Amino acid sequence: MESCNCIDPQVPADDLLMKYQYISDFFIALAYFSIPLELIYFVKKSAVFPYRWVLVQFGAFIVLCGATHLINLWTFRIHSRTVAVVMTTAKVLTAVVSCATALMLVHIIPDLLSVKTRELFLKNKAAELDREMGLIRTQEETGRHVRMLTHEIRSTLDRHTILKTTLVELGRTLALEECALWMPTRTGLELQLSYTLRQQNPVGYTVPIHLPVINQVFSSNRAVKISPNCPVARLRPYAGKYMPGAVVAVRVPLLHLSNFQIYDWPEVSTRSYALMVLMLPSDSARQWHVHELELVEVVADQVAVALSHAAILEESMRARDQLMEQNVALDLARREAETAIRARNDFLAVMNHEMRTPMHAVIALSSLLQETDLTAEQRLMVETILKSSNLLATLINDVLDLSRLEDGSLQLEATTFNLHSLFREVLNLIKPVASVKKLSLTSHIASDLPMYAIGDEKRLMQTILNVVGNAVKFSKEGCISISAFVAKPESFRDARIPDFLPVLSDNHFYLRVQVKDSGSGINPQDIPKIFTKFAQNQSLTTRNPAGSGLGLAICRRFVNLMEGHIWVESEGIGKGCTVTFIVKLGIPDRSNEFKLPFVPKVPGNHGSTNFAGLKVLVTDDNGVSRTVTKGLLMHLGCDVTTASSSEECLRVVSLEHEVVFMDVCAGLDGYELAIRIHEKFTKHQDRPLIVALTGNTKKVTKENCMRVGMDGLILKPVSVDKMRGVLSELLERRVLFETV
Amino acid sequence: MDGIVQLQRQLVDYTASLFHEGFLDDQFNQLQQLQDESNPDFVVEVVTLFFEDAERLLNELTKTLGQPSIDFKRLDAHVHQLKGSSSSIGAQRIHRVCISFRNSCEEQNVEGCLKNLQQVKQEYSLVKSKLETLFRMEQQILAAGG
Repeated sequence: MESCNCIDPQVPADDLLMKYQYISDFFIALAYFSIPLELIYFVKKSAVFPYRWVLVQFGAFIVLCGATHLINLWTFRIHSRTVAVVMTTAKVLTAVVSCATALMLVHIIPDLLSVKTRELFLKNKAAELDREMGLIRTQEETGRHVRMLTHEIRSTLDRHTILKTTLVELGRTLALEECALWMPTRTGLELQLSYTLRQQNPVGYTVPIHLPVINQVFSSNRAVKISPNCPVARLRPYAGKYMPGAVVAVRVPLLHLSNFQIYDWPEVSTRSYALMVLMLPSDSARQWHVHELELVEVVADQVAVALSHAAILEESMRARDQLMEQNVALDLARREAETAIRARNDFLAVMNHEMRTPMHAVIALSSLLQETDLTAEQRLMVETILKSSNLLATLINDVLDLSRLEDGSLQLEATTFNLHSLFREVLNLIKPVASVKKLSLTSHIASDLPMYAIGDEKRLMQTILNVVGNAVKFSKEGCISISAFVAKPESFRDARIPDFLPVLSDNHFYLRVQVKDSGSGINPQDIPKIFTKFAQNQSLTTRNPAGSGLGLAICRRFVNLMEGHIWVESEGIGKGCTVTFIVKLGIPDRSNEFKLPFVPKVPGNHGSTNFAGLKVLVTDDNGVSRTVTKGLLMHLGCDVTTASSSEECLRVVSLEHEVVFMDVCAGLDGYELAIRIHEKFTKHQDRPLIVALTGNTKKVTKENCMRVGMDGLILKPVSVDKMRGVLSELLERRVLFETV
Repeated sequence: MDGIVQLQRQLVDYTASLFHEGFLDDQFNQLQQLQDESNPDFVVEVVTLFFEDAERLLNELTKTLGQPSIDFKRLDAHVHQLKGSSSSIGAQRIHRVCISFRNSCEEQNVEGCLKNLQQVKQEYSLVKSKLETLFRMEQQILAAGG
């Protein structure tokens, strides 16, 4: 659009007004055309504008207005019809558009306004979220700090390290100026400054524990803000210019092992606390935030747990050290005891032998001496010697037995023996002694007492002898009665034997033996003591220098080993006493009875020959050998028949002969002979044993002998001893093949 | 008394020398052990038996070896007998010679056999004289009352 700045010179007076109107209209048109351009430009630039068509409308409106104004320029002067028409058109259009726009804007402007409000709202929201984000981040960081702190604290079990680490980490996390820990003193009446963050060696400040501020802190488990001026917070000279930093204190529970009962959490009342004081930097105008306080509380709790763990560990390590020491001491003691026992056993073993040897010599020689010619005086002396040495020997045996019994190393034997003959023997042994003392001896063996029993015969005899011997020893006159019978179950429930619980079974029975004497008796109060070894009965009337005090103790041990019980009853001094014991013996079953000691004893190799009358046949074609062998066998007591050839042998051999000795040097003759002998006696059970005597040391000889059914092979030369051994083995085993 | 002691000592020495020179071995001791009250002349009897047996066998051996065709089996049988007898009484040296004699027989070595026969005869006469001396000494002691 051209703009014409030409001023019409025709109308000078209203020309000025015209001029101004002209210029204004021009600028209006200019503006009206540039506004849409600007709008279009900026809308294009912005990405978001929802109402584009409104813009179009608005643009059209403005353009038309502008056009109108522009066309106005031509209407100042006389203008043609065309211009008027154009002007009118433009105006009409403008009117339409502007009305439309006006109508439209009624709807649109509220919308646009609400957009604005929403924008404001969103901005507020964003600000709020930002704030919350900030908070969360701080919390998360706090959490992280706590975890790290906890990790640091819990990574050690050393008390000091725990506390020091706590202070350091807290200081770092919260950027503290100072952090201090006050621990209760031993007396519990004061708090002592134990650890600080900045100061290397805290001087021993103490504060009394019952300050109000401290009580306040101890009474709650929260971190409490305290005044910077209170004694616990005044740690070092105040260096800031304006204000000291805010101070917070929290309690740290200290738990001891004694606080932990099993299944029981420590009670609050038994706790003692330490005080942790934290100071923010001075002059920083920082305040304690809630999350920081929470952090401090959590840390304090963690420290408490870590400290308690450390305490428990310390305690358990101490206990373990103690146990180890005890173990070492016990081990040493055990080894010492073992050494002592071994030394004692060695001593006993040696003394046993050493003591017994001379004893045997004395006893043997004394008894020999007794049998020589002696004067009466000498005889008396020898008898005394003999008696004393017998006693001594008994004593030695007793001591040895007792020590073995105590050891538990004594084991009873279990053999089958004749019970009745045992009692007979005891009686036989005691009768002479009793008759010398003019005591009458009666015995009563129950008829239902088994003939045979399984047990330790020797020790049972020892026990009975001891008991009966005591009865005889301590009786000056009167009678002794011995009774033995099978104990019935009813008698077990006896008040006198409270601890005795017999077990009844099919292959055991309980033997009850009672020995009554009418001698000096025992004071009932002394009864428990008589089974104690070496305790002598001190009663004047019964003092017997011959007793050693061991006998009854040993008896009791034996009886106990036999799962029985022994006890003494006496009504008092001078009223005699009764000794009763019950022992468990086995019942031999039927088959055992035949294995009883009626087995004939097998003679030893060097005993007297029991080849007496043994009929043997010697076959040898060599006269010299034959004679030698015959002489050998005759020396051993055999009844020897000789044959000088196989035919003669076959003629002579009979069932009477137990053994046939034949020389097999002469080739196959001997083997042939063996076969023929076999044939002769095939129908008979006990044919003679065929034994080859040969100097032939070939292996094949042995095989040949076995092949033809020989019972033995002996190599020449044969000595007397060898022949003896060979014969006994042959007779026992019915076969003997000497290794070639 | 002295004489008997001396005689006894002589006997012991002589016996010892016999053992030492290898004429007799342990088997002879065994024989002596078998002599007791029930059998007082056992040793003499056995030895006499041996002498008879040995002489017979030696004659047989000489005869067999003198044959133009030598029956080695028969020879061997005899030597075997002699070996057995000599070992039974403990005549060690004869026993040894018999062993080598048997080897010669197995080899059918005539020269060897002849040589062995010679050896056996020699040994036999030696042992015979020694044993006879021994018995004479024993008799002397017995006669003197020891």
